[in-house]
Amino acid sequence: MRATFIRTLADLAARDPRIILLTGDLGYQVIEPFADRFPDRFINVGVAEQNMVGIATGLAEAGFIPFCYSIGTFASLRPYEFIRNGPILHGLRVRIVGVGAGFDYGVNGMTHYALEDIGMMRIQPGMTVVAPADYEQTRESLLATWDLARPIYYRLGKDEQTKVPGLNGGFALGRAQLVRQGEDLILVATGSVASEATAAAESLAAQDISAAVAVVASFNPSPTDDLASLLAQFPLAMSVEAHYVVGGLGSLISEVIADRGLACRLVRCGVQSTPHGIAGSQRFLHELHGISAAKLSDTAVQLLREATAPA
Amino acid sequence: MIDATEPRQVAQAIRRIVLQQSKRAHVGHIGSALSITDIVATLYTSALNISGPDDPDRDRFVLSKGHAALALYAALHLRGWLTESQLNSYCADGTALAVHPEHTLSGVDFSTGSLGQGLSAGTGAAYAARLHGSRRRVFVLLSDAECDEGSMWEAVMFAAHHRLSNLIAIVDLNGQQALGKTADVLDLSPLAERWRSFGWDAREVDGHDMRQLARTFEALDTVSGPPHVLIANTVFGKGVSYMERQLKWHYWPMSDQEFQRALADIEMPQ
Repeated sequence: MRATFIRTLADLAARDPRIILLTGDLGYQVIEPFADRFPDRFINVGVAEQNMVGIATGLAEAGFIPFCYSIGTFASLRPYEFIRNGPILHGLRVRIVGVGAGFDYGVNGMTHYALEDIGMMRIQPGMTVVAPADYEQTRESLLATWDLARPIYYRLGKDEQTKVPGLNGGFALGRAQLVRQGEDLILVATGSVASEATAAAESLAAQDISAAVAVVASFNPSPTDDLASLLAQFPLAMSVEAHYVVGGLGSLISEVIADRGLACRLVRCGVQSTPHGIAGSQRFLHELHGISAAKLSDTAVQLLREATAPA
Repeated sequence: MIDATEPRQVAQAIRRIVLQQSKRAHVGHIGSALSITDIVATLYTSALNISGPDDPDRDRFVLSKGHAALALYAALHLRGWLTESQLNSYCADGTALAVHPEHTLSGVDFSTGSLGQGLSAGTGAAYAARLHGSRRRVFVLLSDAECDEGSMWEAVMFAAHHRLSNLIAIVDLNGQQALGKTADVLDLSPLAERWRSFGWDAREVDGHDMRQLARTFEALDTVSGPPHVLIANTVFGKGVSYMERQLKWHYWPMSDQEFQRALADIEMPQ
């Protein structure tokens, strides 16, 4: 996704001289397609994320569209107050690009897991969050939003190959994408774990369980109408995210259910507690935190069994 | 009627407004506003090249020590960009003029109030001018204790590395911070030497000598060379005898009696 993002950004930059790419000294073998093509509009600020966002604020005030690139945690958490008082407070076209959503940086350990970034950004009404589920949606979401007249946080994964079946790059601000129809329950996913959700639905189908799958890639505006109409059709929903269960997609869906007075039960699948002391591959960590296809499928079977068991 | 191009008259008018408005609103930060009054007066009578607050090619000004915004509001009023009734809404319910300034107010380029952020924004603004091929400059007024913030030094390094000669920082070296003297809380000395060692053109000036300030601004090479910093020696609470160098006036509002005494003090010849 990150490589697709940078390539797409370079194509946009060829059309729009306002686009500038800043990095906090990260992006080896990712940022070159932009940096080599537009050396005058590429700034490595050094390992200084706060200053990167501050500089972007000054650039955007003068009419530029700066993209600030770093690993998700460093891009969002370290300069958080700069983001709040700069781009958000001034309503500027600053883009924060956080790479390594959830457990993408697997063996690198906890400092590199972006598990609260959606929550941190979404809690700010003036910040749009775009969290694509695969590389195609990454490209389409960037093409749809790059010139939006407010700040954006892009939450990107590293996978440039996996496609979420049925998504076909679909993206619209404030909308959800229903990628698989179903009748018994719905899985609502954000980010690259959407492909775990669709794989889980596939395996549930083999057990005669019909699971719908929807993808949410836009927050602020969030697809509250889409979610409300989908959730109204199911007695059971599971949110699926490589993120803490508080603050992100699970919280958004809870809000929709409460605000609209829906009868749907929600089970939030995601990270429940601080995962310190246990690292490993992304696959291992998805399994550990119950967001692998196999674990999601097991959870769905268990929940449906509970729902139909005699009291 | 004061002459809005005459620095001494403007500085005097700013001081008067600072006292009147903080008295009316019953708020503090008086000492901090008084310590930058002569600097702000110099900026708005000569240094800043601003044809109007909406001119995209105007010089930018970042009041990074946002807690002294009342001095800025006064200067904007004297330039005619802020009406009397706006000024009189300072700190009232529904006002656009809070203790710390917001960019929504015409004439305020950047919202500030959280220390350590203004120099980064100013650095970006200076970089933007270079990308635009513009000769506009960016002035950033910092508090001395703001130099405690690590993020500020990120911007200091970046500006020097990129030789942003159109960036001019001014440090209001009044020696006071919220809980004591800077020398006791976190010693900054030798401050000019520190900036110099980071690659800046650092000059020590008297922050109340407006002729020296204006001459120094005038002499800066803002087209080539390193970024500039004026380490401005100032007196916290300048002009009001009982406020000068007194920590209390970082926070306290004035009583009626103190207000009358302050007004009388600032009318005395300096």
